[in-house]
Amino acid sequence: MTTLPTSTDRKLGLVIDLDTCVGCHACVISCKGWNTENYGAPLADEDPYGADPAGTFLNRVHSYEVQPETGATQLIHFPKSCLHCTDAPCVTVCPTGASYKRVEDGIVLVNESDCIGCGLCAWACPYGARELDAAEGVMKKCTLCVDRIYNAHLPEEDRVPACVRTCPAGARHFGDFADPESHVSRLTAERGGIDLMPEQETRPVNKYLPPRPKDRLQEQVDILAPLLAPVSEDSAGFFGWLDKALDRLPGAPSKDETR
Amino acid sequence: MHPAPSVILFTVMSGAGFGMLAFLGIGLPDVTGWVAFTFFAIAYVLAVGGLMASTFHLGHPERAIKAFSQWRTSWLSREGCCAVFTLLVMAVYGAGLVFLGTRWTALGFVGSFASVLTVFTTSMIYAQLRTVPRWHSPMTPALLLSLSLAGGALLTGQEKAAIALLVVAGAIQIMAWLKGDGALTASGSTLASATGLGTASTVRAFEPPHTGTNYLLNEFVHVVGRKHGLQLRVISFFLMIVLPIGMLLLPFSHLFAALAVLSHLAGTAVSRWLFFAEAEHVVGLYYGKRTT
Repeated sequence: MTTLPTSTDRKLGLVIDLDTCVGCHACVISCKGWNTENYGAPLADEDPYGADPAGTFLNRVHSYEVQPETGATQLIHFPKSCLHCTDAPCVTVCPTGASYKRVEDGIVLVNESDCIGCGLCAWACPYGARELDAAEGVMKKCTLCVDRIYNAHLPEEDRVPACVRTCPAGARHFGDFADPESHVSRLTAERGGIDLMPEQETRPVNKYLPPRPKDRLQEQVDILAPLLAPVSEDSAGFFGWLDKALDRLPGAPSKDETR
Repeated sequence: MHPAPSVILFTVMSGAGFGMLAFLGIGLPDVTGWVAFTFFAIAYVLAVGGLMASTFHLGHPERAIKAFSQWRTSWLSREGCCAVFTLLVMAVYGAGLVFLGTRWTALGFVGSFASVLTVFTTSMIYAQLRTVPRWHSPMTPALLLSLSLAGGALLTGQEKAAIALLVVAGAIQIMAWLKGDGALTASGSTLASATGLGTASTVRAFEPPHTGTNYLLNEFVHVVGRKHGLQLRVISFFLMIVLPIGMLLLPFSHLFAALAVLSHLAGTAVSRWLFFAEAEHVVGLYYGKRTT
């Protein structure tokens, strides 16, 4: 049913820490691996070893250059997957009822046997979280690893989404946002977690933690610097003689150009 | 957005077909027998042909029957339901005209209203999408409805109505283009809002997620042909509006009427191509493809 639930018992989702992410793409690979080998249609690769490789991914890492008004430029790695929106526009547009948001935990899923592959849900998503699989002709999206998080056959520590489990930097956190005392709710409150494109009014569940302000360079970084005097302006000795001799030759740079 | 030929063909053909049915339903022209058969055959070829074309871009067309189930929330589902209802009602109404020589007036009015409603539901599939600011506007249903009715008037030989509707459609088309050009900026979505990294900083896309292309870039970040946008707008407007009006103002001949229809449909196809090719999806912001 494509009518969105008015509320969900739990709000499972991710916190992604942009301060911590190192841009290694391990989450991309573990996501592709888990979701190709387990639930639903495998994620296709088109021309994987050829000249023009492409494929379906449920999680992609962008990189952005951020230039503050003062200070050094920063490079921010930006993982992006389904945000499991509270007001998910992808669900309501679905003509067949293949897309739905679960009442028990708020996960947005696609029932692949009902999907006609019209692509309208991907059109409705502002975040590019849904991709139509070129081989299977059905819509693929992040399931929040629904086949891991409730899987009693897995050891307890593995019952989190594959991307969270694999992240070597600890930049991804999984939990219940409906519980104000949960790890993810507290992280969001402490670090000022934000919604992506709030003007689209999707009310995403996933939150992004902005990069912390970087330390400023002090006046004197290196305590040895004062002892290492810069090259003398009025050079003497052999190099001083050579400098003056070359200046007198034709084609020598003028005083201004040497600056 | 990627201008898929199947969707362009579908919206242009079914728009004209349902526009024809809207006129036939109210008895314009008041025809029976073989003449009525010819009119209805053309309308059904356009409307049904368009619907068939729209299934070509589905990943699983064999499951299309499921698309009638979610009319409570989905405009695409509503469109399917409306289209089938209209085609059934108008088939009964048309059979009365063709085989019995009887005009069931009330049924015709229901069918005519349902035809207009079908075109409206089609337009709302696009207008509902906040992710495509150029489409997310009342101009989208206004444009598709006025073009459908103008095409229907042309195809059913309603000269005065056709001229009036072409003038209206032309005015709406120009307004849609002008308003649409500023829609992305007016939506407030930027790379800064998309990433949340814009507070007291400027953000620039440094590196895409993959070296190759992907579904999102192919489907939503179509940029080919934008540079010829203005020329194509002029060509489209001339073929779709100006030339048909000129033909209709000349003394009537079947040749000119046929040319007016063909010119209008060709111009509408160009306009529809631009409707997709010029539409900017906000996901392009993440790829640094939308410089505003």
